[in-house]
Amino acid sequence: MCLAIPMKVIETGGGTDSLTDPPVAIVDADGIRRKVRLDLVDRMPEPGDYLIIHAGFAVNCLDASEAERSLELMSEIAASVHRA
Amino acid sequence: MKYIDEYRNPDLVRSLSAEIERKLTRPVRIMEVCGTHTMAIFRHGLRRILPDKLQLVSGPGCPVCVTPPGLIDAFCRVAGCKDVIITTFGDMIRVPGSSGSLADTRAAGADIRIVYSPADAIEIARDNPAKLVVFIAIGFETTIPLIAASILQAYREDIKNFCIFPANKIMPPALETLMQDTRLTIDGLLCPGHVSIITGSDAFSFLSEDYGLCCAVAGFEPADILLAILALLEQINEGSPRVDNCYARAVTSSGNIKARELIEEVFIPVDSRWRGLGTIAGSGLVPKQRYADFDVTRRLGIEVPELDEPPGCLCGEILKGRKMPNECPLFGKICTPSAPIGPCMVSNEGTCAAWYRFGMESI
Ligand code: SF4
Repeated sequence: MCLAIPMKVIETGGGTDSLTDPPVAIVDADGIRRKVRLDLVDRMPEPGDYLIIHAGFAVNCLDASEAERSLELMSEIAASVHRA
Repeated sequence: MKYIDEYRNPDLVRSLSAEIERKLTRPVRIMEVCGTHTMAIFRHGLRRILPDKLQLVSGPGCPVCVTPPGLIDAFCRVAGCKDVIITTFGDMIRVPGSSGSLADTRAAGADIRIVYSPADAIEIARDNPAKLVVFIAIGFETTIPLIAASILQAYREDIKNFCIFPANKIMPPALETLMQDTRLTIDGLLCPGHVSIITGSDAFSFLSEDYGLCCAVAGFEPADILLAILALLEQINEGSPRVDNCYARAVTSSGNIKARELIEEVFIPVDSRWRGLGTIAGSGLVPKQRYADFDVTRRLGIEVPELDEPPGCLCGEILKGRKMPNECPLFGKICTPSAPIGPCMVSNEGTCAAWYRFGMESI
């Protein structure tokens, strides 16, 4: 049921009313494009941001700096394994 | 693809599993409690690269699998009513109740449509004003706010022919029930990544504080899962249970407050029956009185029968992490994805289906 792949925002629109005209984004992952609702995310994403999508709604904007941090942590672990 | 390929890098995956091997000093059992994790673990072959001393067991985290048979019978009964269109996520349609599935009911002439989102059900309601469009509301915290948003939308737009069949469940009470079971022997828990986006990682603190369980919130790429397992091993080795958030690019400690406000606006908690786990206090949700018209059970006076699970099916034991699918005598012989007996064999995220699809030899 969950789509565990973050999708990239291409453009945003809508949003004159949070429920009857909810803000929406066109998102893309590997050429697959979808329209998703943004009424659940706590900030409006910009084109180029990544979203976590669930059943047609974005449930969160991906935090790029946290993504960098976890990748750094992983490569540190990998480096220590190679040294050992 | 960005934010995917980096976490699938084979060198990184190898290094992380080598580090897991180094940190593993005794046999350890870890439960993953999210169906998407179960799938990811199989799809990326993690069971094959992890040491034998590390056992991964699945918990009650597949929304289809925990839906009890009485509820499925009730879905079919509503589907059989005149002028009703049932809308549902695709996974639900083939799960057998006591006398057939929604797919059987559809074959008998009912109008049952698979949708991707509850928002699609609203569209169908708009296009079919003379029909009552019922959305089968299964799913955990990640799905519940979308359903709440759809009910609010229907309320605001005065769409009177849309309602849900409330069958959503929330995760923490079920985990608490599992922890109180003395026969459950797990050393650590991979907390569900997408549920945590909504609840926040703090929602699982009670597991480490009250039950001494080591917890790590995990993402869904192989490196994410391995990193979370490493965090669990560190906690286990140090003897200091806590909740480590290993999916910080998506999950915060407090979660998605906007989504939770929507849930609180629309729903109230009720006791709810889980397949295999029994009735768990406060683990289900129904629309508040104000939104009672959007609840098909109240609108049409539908009772949900309490039924036992199909004879021989061990789904209940599997959902509690006590048995593995190959311990079920029906597994692969009588029960297969094309002729499933229990929900764990039907759903994409079901443990039995994953074991079957990815071949027992690779486990
Ligand atoms: S193999 Fe089939 S019958 Fe056995 S536990 Fe799994 S779903 Fe139930």
